[in-house]
Amino acid sequence: MSKKELKTVSNTVTWKEITEGGIMPYAGNAHLFKTGDWRSMKPIWLQEKCKQCLLCFPVCPDSSILVNEEGAMTGIDFDHCKGCGVCAKVCPFKAIDFVEEGK
Amino acid sequence: MAIRERMSGNEAMAVAMKQINPDVVAAFPITPSTEVPQYFSTFVADGVVDTEFVAVESEHSALSACVGAQAAGGRAMTATSANGLALMWEILYIAACSRLPIVMACVNRTLSGPLNIHNDHSDSMGARDSGWIQLYSENNQEAYDNMLMANRIGEHPDVMLPVMVCQDGFITSHAIENLELLEDDKVKAFVGEYNPKEYLLNKENPISVGPLDLQAHCFEHKRQQAQAMMNAKKVILEVSAEFAKLTGRSYGLFEEYMTEDADVCMVVLNSTAGTAKYVVDQYRAAGKKVGLIKPRVFRPFPVDELTAALSKFKAIAVMDKADSFNAAGGPLFTEITSAMFGKGVVAPKVINYIYGLGGRDVRSGDLEIVFNKLLEIASTGKVDSVYNYLGVRE
Repeated sequence: MSKKELKTVSNTVTWKEITEGGIMPYAGNAHLFKTGDWRSMKPIWLQEKCKQCLLCFPVCPDSSILVNEEGAMTGIDFDHCKGCGVCAKVCPFKAIDFVEEGK
Repeated sequence: MAIRERMSGNEAMAVAMKQINPDVVAAFPITPSTEVPQYFSTFVADGVVDTEFVAVESEHSALSACVGAQAAGGRAMTATSANGLALMWEILYIAACSRLPIVMACVNRTLSGPLNIHNDHSDSMGARDSGWIQLYSENNQEAYDNMLMANRIGEHPDVMLPVMVCQDGFITSHAIENLELLEDDKVKAFVGEYNPKEYLLNKENPISVGPLDLQAHCFEHKRQQAQAMMNAKKVILEVSAEFAKLTGRSYGLFEEYMTEDADVCMVVLNSTAGTAKYVVDQYRAAGKKVGLIKPRVFRPFPVDELTAALSKFKAIAVMDKADSFNAAGGPLFTEITSAMFGKGVVAPKVINYIYGLGGRDVRSGDLEIVFNKLLEIASTGKVDSVYNYLGVRE
C-alpha cells in the first residue's frame, strides 16, 4: 500500500482528502483496523502439541491464524483475533488452549 | 424545431427517460407514479431504448438495484410515490452517502396514513433530509424539463448526488397538457455520457463500495456530502442556463411571479403555483400588489437567494402541502423562516398555511383567503395566527 493509500484510511485524513462516498479504491486494508482489543478470551498456541494439521486455519472467522510461506502455522495474530475460540474447539490435539484475557 | 406534443405528466417523465436512455431502470408500480415505469417498459419491449428494465418485488429492491447499477458504473433511474418512497427510505440515505447520482421521478402522493392515493407533499418532504437533490415541477413541461436536467446536475463531479424530480400526483401526473419536447439527438447531446471516476466494473481499478465507516471517518464523509449539496446550487444554475440556451425555457432556483412591486407574497410549490398565478392576475387587475414565489429547488435550499427575494415584502404566506406535526408549521415554512432569521431578514410578517392534504382540492377561492389575509396583515401589521389550516372543515 502506498503512502497516499495509507493516508486515505488514516485517522488524520481530512474531509477534503477522504475518498468520495467512502469507496475503498484498493483491496486488503482490513489489517489496518485492529480489533484485538474486542477480545475477552484468548487462544494460546501450544507449539509442542501442534501437529500442523491446519484445521484451525480455515475455521478462523478472521485471518488470525498465522501461516508462513512453507504452509506451517506459526502463531496467532492478536491484533485481530477476537477470541471466539473456534480454533481451540476444532483442534484435535488440544494444541490451542483457551483462557481468559489478562490471566 | 422543438416537438409540440400533448401528454400526461407521467408520460412526459417517461419520455424524458426514454430520451436519456439510461443503463438500468428498476421500479415497482405504485399509484400515481405507476405509469412512468409502465410507459418505460413499453419502450423497452419495443426496443427503442437499450435499458435493462428490472422488475423488482418492492421499492426497497428497486432503489437497491439502482444503487448496485449506479455503483457498477451505469446510469440508473426509478420512479415512485408515497409509501413506495417510504419503503425506499433506508436506501435513499445509502444512495446519497455513497454519492450515486441516481435519478428518481417522484410523483407526489399522500404518505399513509390514513390510506390515501391523492396528492400532497408528505412523501418527498419526509425525504428532505435524506441527501437527495429535490426539484419541484409546476406542470408537465417542468416535470419533463427537470428530468432532462437531473442527470447533468447529479452527475457533475462537484456534486455526485441523487436527484428526485417531484410533480403533483394526478393533478399533473394524469392531466394531459400541451408541451414542447426536445428532439432525441438534442437530449442525447445535452445529457451526454456518464463517466464516473470510480466504478465497480472497472477491472483496471477495482474498488469496494459501502464499507463500514466508523468514528474515525464517517464524520468526514458527512462533511464531504454536505459540501456536495452546497456545490449543487451553482451546478443547477449552470445546467439550467445551458438548458435555457437550448430550449428557451429558463429555470432558476425559484420562480418569481409579479413580485417586483408586490407588498405581499405567497410561496408555494408545484401545481398550486399555477392556480396561485391565476389569482395573482385577478388581484393585479384589481390593483392589489400581490406576488408569488415558486421554489423549484428545495434541496439544496437556496437560503441566500430566497431570503433576499423575500426581504422586500410586508407579509408572506408560506404554503405547505405537508405538515411537520411539530405543532408549529410545515416543512417549507420552518425552513424559510429559519433561513430568514439566520440572514437577519426579520421585517416581513410570515404566516403558514397547511393546505390540500390528502388531495383536497385547492381552488382559487381558497387562495383568495390567503391573499386577503396577507393584505390585511400588510395594512395592520398584526398577525393573529401563524400556523393555519386552509380549506379544512371547521
